[in-house]
Amino acid sequence: MSSEAEILVRLTVNGAVVARHVPVRRSLADFLRHDLGLTGTHVGCEHGVCGACTIRLDGEIVRSCLLLAAQADGAAVETVEGLTESGEIAALQQAFLARNALQCGFCTPGMLVTAADLLRTTTTPTREEIRGAISANYCRCTGYHAIVDAIETAATSRTGDR
Amino acid sequence: MKPARFNYHRPGNLPDALALLAEHGGAARVLAGGQSLMPLMAMRLTRPEELIDINRIDELKGITADDTAVTIGALTRYTEILRSEVIAAAVPLLAEAIRHVAHHAIRNRGTIGGSLALADPSAETPAVCLALAARVIARSAAGEREIPIDSFFHGLMATELAEDEILVGVRIPKRAASARHAFLEFARRRGDFAQAGVILAPGHTGVPENRAVVFGVGATAWRSSALEGAMGRNIADDVYAALRLEVAAAVEDETADYKARIVTTLAERAMARLA
Ligand SMILES: Cc1cc2nc3c(=O)[nH]c(=O)nc-3n(C[C@H](O)[C@H](O)[C@H](O)COP(=O)(O)OP(=O)(O)OC[C@H]3O[C@@H](n4cnc5c(N)ncnc54)[C@H](O)[C@@H]3O)c2cc1C
Ligand code: FES
Ligand code: FES
Repeated sequence: MSSEAEILVRLTVNGAVVARHVPVRRSLADFLRHDLGLTGTHVGCEHGVCGACTIRLDGEIVRSCLLLAAQADGAAVETVEGLTESGEIAALQQAFLARNALQCGFCTPGMLVTAADLLRTTTTPTREEIRGAISANYCRCTGYHAIVDAIETAATSRTGDR
Repeated sequence: MKPARFNYHRPGNLPDALALLAEHGGAARVLAGGQSLMPLMAMRLTRPEELIDINRIDELKGITADDTAVTIGALTRYTEILRSEVIAAAVPLLAEAIRHVAHHAIRNRGTIGGSLALADPSAETPAVCLALAARVIARSAAGEREIPIDSFFHGLMATELAEDEILVGVRIPKRAASARHAFLEFARRRGDFAQAGVILAPGHTGVPENRAVVFGVGATAWRSSALEGAMGRNIADDVYAALRLEVAAAVEDETADYKARIVTTLAERAMARLA
């Protein structure tokens, strides 16, 4: 087998600087999972529809399966692990647990990253707005109601108007 | 679902990108937001040998306005267009339509140039550009040209762009103060591609030109003469009969009747909005 073209990527992942040589066709999702062992980012469809691979790139949520690791060179990436460590999604995680908003858990990292993005930009989202935000994320277990409940709970507990 | 092997190029400026494209021609593909190209590559529906990533080319980014038109760089992402005050004031129809494009995470990467170059018949942005008589700006190593949108879409995901051309931007006329529009689409779920959509944009630039576009129906978005003829008049039933014929001519398969029902319903509602 002829050797495959590689490229050096340097980026920060959850605040830590990493530099690796990777094959140019490696997706950012695979890079996070296989090269860095950050398996919290899940890979469902690998073509942008399921949302399980959602991460933050320079502060904005994106599909990590639709980016090449090479494209993240110089960027700041945050994954569900980073958001967990910083405590940013602690209230969401608590609410997901309390409301049974996960069963198999496959969709959960993507849901949490997406919900955290909504809560950053919208103080008290309506249920309609919550549904709008997570319409980009598939869950094959819960039927979504519990997830909407959990996100609503996290939002309202945060603003203290309950 | 991994893409086939390719060579990766990341030019830092447009001349370098155009030189790469001139060198590799049909073996190369331009990578913009990747929200369509990466899935196509993952499914191996396309296997470029050379991938030319234009994301670091700053001259392709941003929104500028002069007296008559707004120019949007090809690499401007949907999210940026949604946040733009210039667009909200001068081309509100575009922002309204982009709210229907996919989801936030995808709009953070997807670009207006990518959407036009892809020319998906169900996509909102190409349809809006058609409704607003936009002009596509394309450049090759040999020079730049402006393509009127009416001659840009050639067929299913086929455009006037040549193999060695990069779409560098799109010029959209500013709306006249009195201009109104109606944008309606039907999608099965939020963020999905439209089953069908209708756009009415009479007199956008102040000249009394009626433009009406149907999208998600057939190989490209198209202007409906039936609707354009009817705008601003009392609508008779035969307008919708003529519209159904146009849909049947565009679709040519078993979905024609379904599409015709959606399109006529959307058109009725759109007409009512402008009445
Ligand atoms: C889950 C999901 C849902 C979606 N839903 C919708 C929807 O509802 N409506 C909608 O309109 N779109 C939708 N999209 C597609 C999205 O809008 C894409 O971003 C867009 O169609 C392509 O833009 P891009 O910048 O990502 O282009 P890319 O994927 O990078 O490129 C697309 C094509 O255009 C070419 N190209 C890109 N830029 C240029 C350029 N400057 N010059 C020449 N050629 C170029 C590429 O070579 C490629 O062939 C969806 C995508 C996903 C993943
Ligand atoms: S794995 Fe990325 S969206 Fe499904
Ligand atoms: S909990 Fe199983 S997919 Fe959502």
